[in-house]
Amino acid sequence: MQTGHLSGRFRRRSLLAATAAMALPTRSNPRQVLTVAAFPLVDEIVRSAAPRWRSLYPDVELRVLSRQYADHHTAMTTALSTAVGLPDVMALEASYMGRFSLGRGLDDLMAPPYSAAAVRSQFVPYAFDQALNRRGELVALPTDIGPGTLLYRHDLLARAGVAESELTESWESYVRCGLRLKAATGTYLVSNAQLVKDIVIRNGLAKGEGLYFDSDGNVRVRTPRFVRAFELAREVRRHRLDARVATWSNEWAEAFRRGQLATELSGAWMVGQMANWVAPGTRGQWRAAHLPGRTYVGYGGTYYALPRRADPQRKALAWALVKLLTLDAGMQFAAFKSQDAFPALLATHDDPFFNEPLPFLGGQGARTLWREAARQITATPVHKQNNFADEVVGTELDNVLDHHKPIAQALADAERLLVRRAKR
Amino acid sequence: MRLPSFLQLSPRWAPYVLISPFLVLFAVFGVFPLCFSLYLAFQSWEPTSGLGAMEFVGLDNFVFALGDEWFWKSLKNTLWLALAAGVPQHLVAIPLAAFIHHAFVRSRDVVIGAYFLPYITSTVAIAIMFSSLFSTDYGLINAALGAWFGGEHVDWLGKAANIKPAIAFIVFWRYLGFNVVLYLAALQTIPKDLYEAATLDGAGRFKQFWFITLPSLKPMVFFGVTLSVIGGLQLFEEPFILTGGKGGPDQAAMTSAVYLYRMAFDFNDFGGASAMSWLLFAVVALLTWLTNRAFRDKRGAA
Repeated sequence: MQTGHLSGRFRRRSLLAATAAMALPTRSNPRQVLTVAAFPLVDEIVRSAAPRWRSLYPDVELRVLSRQYADHHTAMTTALSTAVGLPDVMALEASYMGRFSLGRGLDDLMAPPYSAAAVRSQFVPYAFDQALNRRGELVALPTDIGPGTLLYRHDLLARAGVAESELTESWESYVRCGLRLKAATGTYLVSNAQLVKDIVIRNGLAKGEGLYFDSDGNVRVRTPRFVRAFELAREVRRHRLDARVATWSNEWAEAFRRGQLATELSGAWMVGQMANWVAPGTRGQWRAAHLPGRTYVGYGGTYYALPRRADPQRKALAWALVKLLTLDAGMQFAAFKSQDAFPALLATHDDPFFNEPLPFLGGQGARTLWREAARQITATPVHKQNNFADEVVGTELDNVLDHHKPIAQALADAERLLVRRAKR
Repeated sequence: MRLPSFLQLSPRWAPYVLISPFLVLFAVFGVFPLCFSLYLAFQSWEPTSGLGAMEFVGLDNFVFALGDEWFWKSLKNTLWLALAAGVPQHLVAIPLAAFIHHAFVRSRDVVIGAYFLPYITSTVAIAIMFSSLFSTDYGLINAALGAWFGGEHVDWLGKAANIKPAIAFIVFWRYLGFNVVLYLAALQTIPKDLYEAATLDGAGRFKQFWFITLPSLKPMVFFGVTLSVIGGLQLFEEPFILTGGKGGPDQAAMTSAVYLYRMAFDFNDFGGASAMSWLLFAVVALLTWLTNRAFRDKRGAA
């Protein structure tokens, strides 16, 4: 009897448990979890999309995996190579697009079921094109961009009697203005001569031509683009117009705080960085302009990609999230307002928000300027040795600037190193 | 209480089971990566395409590495740093250990602890501390140099000519204490009566050091130098963190270990990086063997 009683109680308990489990399907059911891997600020943007996501897909939880910028991209390389720990959606920074677009680890968004060709016209053209690889596959969708801009100290220019038009007329005139600024105010024109080189080598790129390599993998570092860039950088250094500090270093930030730097060449997002922590005390003294010589370049940006070997059952959801983050004007705007993420979605670009004055820039409505720049930028095909080439060319410029190496020699040495790599 | 029979270990298997945690970990984190990198050294691989994307390329990666200017440049940097940081470590550690051995009795442990502290401190903390000490305009080192000698501020980490000595100094500072401990341990094994006999014979402090201490320390010197050779050739953390993972201006502080990391993770060339790591292994093995040869005494024992 005793056994019977026990088993009876047991039966009742398990029955209760089973009923409870059935009664709470929405709460304790294994809810689907959609994982997004991102890096700082982008993680915030995805997190802030959660309420909207929940209203659309109440049964799918959004989980954001956040890592530091470089760690994130290393982790994504590892995840793609082993297919272990793959997120459903991965954020990729623009400078890493080259590396990730070469392999076959990411879904081609041009192909069905995504068929992203249909949404192509909705994006800033260069941002979309930059995600197309050599095989014509679209490996990611752009979410934010970094139109290049020249920021300058209005007050210092006024003291030196330099007009904005003189500063931006050409790269040569930019350097000449630097001399006048230095003479009148004692300030440096730019933080590092390397920055000038970085942009000028992009000036005059033929459509479809890569920065360091052409489409056949031939090295292009001895072209006039590079000679001019090196000569200009050498002029800057020869006249001691650059502070010789590296971007983001303590010295760099300190130089801005103390008003020792008259201009900065960067992406539009730099205004937010300057206003928030680099040099908030210089608020109101800065203005933005187009880069000298009407050079249009992109400084960074963010993309969302779908790993090919992620769980196929969640692919549709992952694509829905990417579309929400990139094609929904409300989401794009929210990211623009909260994180200075300049929208890649054209539908947002006609909003009055673009005309609003920016207090850090003395009330200038600079967003329209950046909007204009964004449409002028063209995509540059990326070679797999781009990172290496960046560094080789940078090192050779250092040799020119610090050790007076002849420019022709420096570029020939760079070419030799790159030729060996190009075919690997 | 007896364990159920399936939990009982037969004496035949017990040793293997008990040693297995180590073996499993060693296999996973030691043997497997080793074999995998050897395999990878013969492949061309675009990592973001997945493991299936490997392509056998024979000795291509080795041929590339041996003809790569940056590989030789990084190897030269490594040897320079290993010598500039390694030799002074021992030249200072031996007399320092002898001094501590004789001069401190009660407070000896505290003194040794102070010297040993850098060795057990996180490399990241050390590198961050030194990067602010070496700062051109706001660093203490330039402030001190300016106060004593005047002149312009030295750009320690931004100029190719200065960055190697700066890093060599940090490595020297960091491992000095470790060597002092090694030599102190060896000093304690030297019989006291040797010194007493020498004193009776009229030998002074220096002669005792030269004729008794140094020869007795020889086996430990061999051990210490071997560790310095291996450690020096694998130098990674200090230059990596101080140069933001890039190797500094003109790659002057890019050691071989930093370069092969960069080959894989910055330049996406895992095959080339693996080939280089095996070439580096060959260099380490060769130099260790040479060290062994140099310390072998006439009778053939180390």
